[in-house]
Amino acid sequence: MIFTIAARELRSLFLSPLAWTLLAVAQGLLAWIFLILMNDFRELQGRLVGLDNAPGVTDLVAAPLLRVAAWVLLLLTPLLTMRLFSEERRSRTLDLLLAAPVGASAIVLGKYLGVLTFLLSGVALVALMPLSLAAGATLDFGKLLAGLLGLSLLVASFAATGLYLSTLTAQPVAAAAATLGLLSLLWTVDATGIGQETTGGSLFGYLSLLRHTDALLLGLFDSADVAYYLLFSMAFLGLAIRRLADGRLRD
Amino acid sequence: MTDNALVRVEQLTRRYGELRAVDAVGFTLERGQVLGVLGPNGAGKSTTMRMLAGILAPDAGRIVIDGVDLLDQPRQAKRRIGYLPEQPPLYRELTVDEQLRYSARLHGLGRVASRQAVARVKERCGLMDVGRRVIDNLSKGYRQRVGIAQAILHEPPVIILDEPTVGLDPIQAREMRRLIRDLGPAHGVMLSTHLLAEVQATCTHVQIMRAGRLVYASALAELERRRQSTCLRIGLKTPPPVADLARLPGVEQVEEFDAGRFRLRHAPGAALQRVVIEQARTHDWELWELTPEHAGLEQIFVELTLARETAE
Repeated sequence: MIFTIAARELRSLFLSPLAWTLLAVAQGLLAWIFLILMNDFRELQGRLVGLDNAPGVTDLVAAPLLRVAAWVLLLLTPLLTMRLFSEERRSRTLDLLLAAPVGASAIVLGKYLGVLTFLLSGVALVALMPLSLAAGATLDFGKLLAGLLGLSLLVASFAATGLYLSTLTAQPVAAAAATLGLLSLLWTVDATGIGQETTGGSLFGYLSLLRHTDALLLGLFDSADVAYYLLFSMAFLGLAIRRLADGRLRD
Repeated sequence: MTDNALVRVEQLTRRYGELRAVDAVGFTLERGQVLGVLGPNGAGKSTTMRMLAGILAPDAGRIVIDGVDLLDQPRQAKRRIGYLPEQPPLYRELTVDEQLRYSARLHGLGRVASRQAVARVKERCGLMDVGRRVIDNLSKGYRQRVGIAQAILHEPPVIILDEPTVGLDPIQAREMRRLIRDLGPAHGVMLSTHLLAEVQATCTHVQIMRAGRLVYASALAELERRRQSTCLRIGLKTPPPVADLARLPGVEQVEEFDAGRFRLRHAPGAALQRVVIEQARTHDWELWELTPEHAGLEQIFVELTLARETAE
């Protein structure tokens, strides 16, 4: 049942110009950044030769690219997730799901899976750019994979947040704005606590979405970071399920 | 309690803040019945139907669908319901086939069963030629048909249709009514409308809601008896004095609402037409209009609510 819903979600996404536009914008923007990074790297390359333990192309091109990609996805995900429930509520198609013998959790997970598949295909497209360097340079695949995992987890938590917020309103744009606001807040919440070893500072630091990506983008795989994103996503999905079940019969 | 009712609703209540949108409503629906729910906008028809479809949780009350309690076992109960909301819940970017197949899968039909079910309802609802068309490009009438098709795909015993003919042109509306009548014998159908004529054309039973309460429920024949004409509109080229008309047997009250046109109020069942025709011929009134006026829906509401209040 989850897959049926996810498949419909994906199909509708690819039938809408919105999804294609978002993919094109993300890809175009990141290709430009990629080009700039490559250029910088070429200029630096000569000076790096003499250094011991010099940063390679993965550190100087792939990692910064993924960090920019995280930003771009932060901006674009709300536009995708706002459709999930807000738009269905507005166009009254949500009734179809609610009247069907399907539980609230299957509806939420199906939709989440659909939008996540789409976002991850976007991440895969982004990954092609640094991967193309493998043709002429030696890549650190471990670092690259860790970075891609970090980006994927980040996107998964973006999507979960957006999904929950879209269950709260029948106004898609309101849902998008709220998602963007909340994500930006969580992204930058540690800005005040940087460098301070107070409890508050470390708490905010812990809550920050950015803090946990940084390590992964640099290739440091810490299971605590992975667990953070999984818990973050699950919490919002749980809230969404509760919210959906609240207005109707529980099952 | 033994009962073979397809739908049994008891003390159903739903509040929106202070407003009691549906207030202690109870009724039953049996196989073979087409139950028309009449009422002005805001009477609670849609809210009642949304609760029956399992979309909206009631604040109080019980709903039993084909022996399964909707509140205790929503999934089993929902399998037995086909629901068409006021606005058909269709994804405009999908084709008719895709939409129907998706609905079938949502109702737990397998791949093969879905394909068969879709083929069957397409034939039944006259959608054979539009299977590959995108729903957004279909006319309102076709969209409504797709809406009905998705409601009966999984062959539910209970079919709930919220204003199925709103926005259709007269020919489409007639087709829709024929479709609904055809569903009647094998299913229990409940439909809402604010058109009395629609109830007369399709339903076997009728109930009237007003301000969240069920004010009247009976077989259709009973309602027909109630709204017997008690008014006759006549037009005369050379009318007699009003007093002469008032003296006709059976006439209770005369009102001249236009030059030479009168409204004669009479007791129900009085054969006033015959009297008027005879008198017009003998006295050369030159009768050119003779129309029995039926009580409108509004009048029936008033009558029914008044009757109810005095009875209580």
